[in-house]
Amino acid sequence: MDIAAFTGSTAAIGYGLAAIGPGIGVGLVFSAYIQSTARQPESSRLTLPYVWIGFAVIEALALLGIAFGFIWQGQGL
Amino acid sequence: MTGQSIVLAADIPFPPSVEDFYLPSILPWGAHDNYWFTKLTALVWLTTALIIIFFLVSYRKPQLVPTKKQWLAESVYGFVRNNIAVEMIGPAGVRFAPYLTTLFTFILLNNFWGIVPLVQISPNSHIAFPAFLAIISYLMFIIVGIRHHGVVKYFKTALIPPAPWFILPLLIPIEFFSNFLVRPFSLAVRLFANMFAGHMLLLVFTLGGFAMLNANAWFLPFSLLSWVLTIALTFLEFLVICLQAYVFTVLTASYVQGALADEH
Repeated sequence: MDIAAFTGSTAAIGYGLAAIGPGIGVGLVFSAYIQSTARQPESSRLTLPYVWIGFAVIEALALLGIAFGFIWQGQGL
Repeated sequence: MTGQSIVLAADIPFPPSVEDFYLPSILPWGAHDNYWFTKLTALVWLTTALIIIFFLVSYRKPQLVPTKKQWLAESVYGFVRNNIAVEMIGPAGVRFAPYLTTLFTFILLNNFWGIVPLVQISPNSHIAFPAFLAIISYLMFIIVGIRHHGVVKYFKTALIPPAPWFILPLLIPIEFFSNFLVRPFSLAVRLFANMFAGHMLLLVFTLGGFAMLNANAWFLPFSLLSWVLTIALTFLEFLVICLQAYVFTVLTASYVQGALADEH
């Protein structure tokens, strides 16, 4: 007897797990930027491009998760 | 094809799927499985035409005291030149400013179709367009590096970091992987996945409202909430659109800067 059953793709759970790491990473990037700007406000413009580059590189991981979720969907999982 | 049935509230396909990104063919009209000329193709041509016409018209009679149009064009160009090209590459970056401005405006406008009412799909949500832009940037930074350093020295500076000899067998493959394989791939996938996910998000909230309403008329408040959230997400999407255009341009500039850098 089934107590509980669901249907659907485990890719959704997988993507939720995959988003944890980039989430922490993006948080660290902006926390570092806010801290450095609070300590040395005149450096804010200097560090801003690196903030966006770091953000983009980290965010790519989460976006790969989206793309591969769709690529591998319906492969028996 | 399923995406076209949004207005027919009777049978809403939910959840939205990748199929929603394959729009019906325009030329030949209504043909099945023919994707040579769809709304996306038309939008890319329209974007190109708009950018060319805008910059030509606004710079036709340049004045010392700029007109409104000239001011807009100059501030877009000035933004890319000063805040991206010069800031990332240094004084040598001025000669890359025209390309970077073209890239920036092209991506920005193409992305912007994603939130224009009644259009609401960005050509960049198909990987072909970002992939081609990434290939252009990829070839550009390699060619710029080779012309600046010469073939041998360029690949030497790009692949061999200053490190003790015994760690090099580990570092050289990593540098090769990150500089020559991951860069174009991540550049393309980042832009594509952002636009893809953005369109998907808007579809989920719009169609979700209809799906709930179809399931039970008492769900009307939740449907309304879902549609209000669609509007809020459209503003979020606007942020993402500008950010991705900026990020793509900044990363291209930073790769060019890496190719021009003398030693580590």
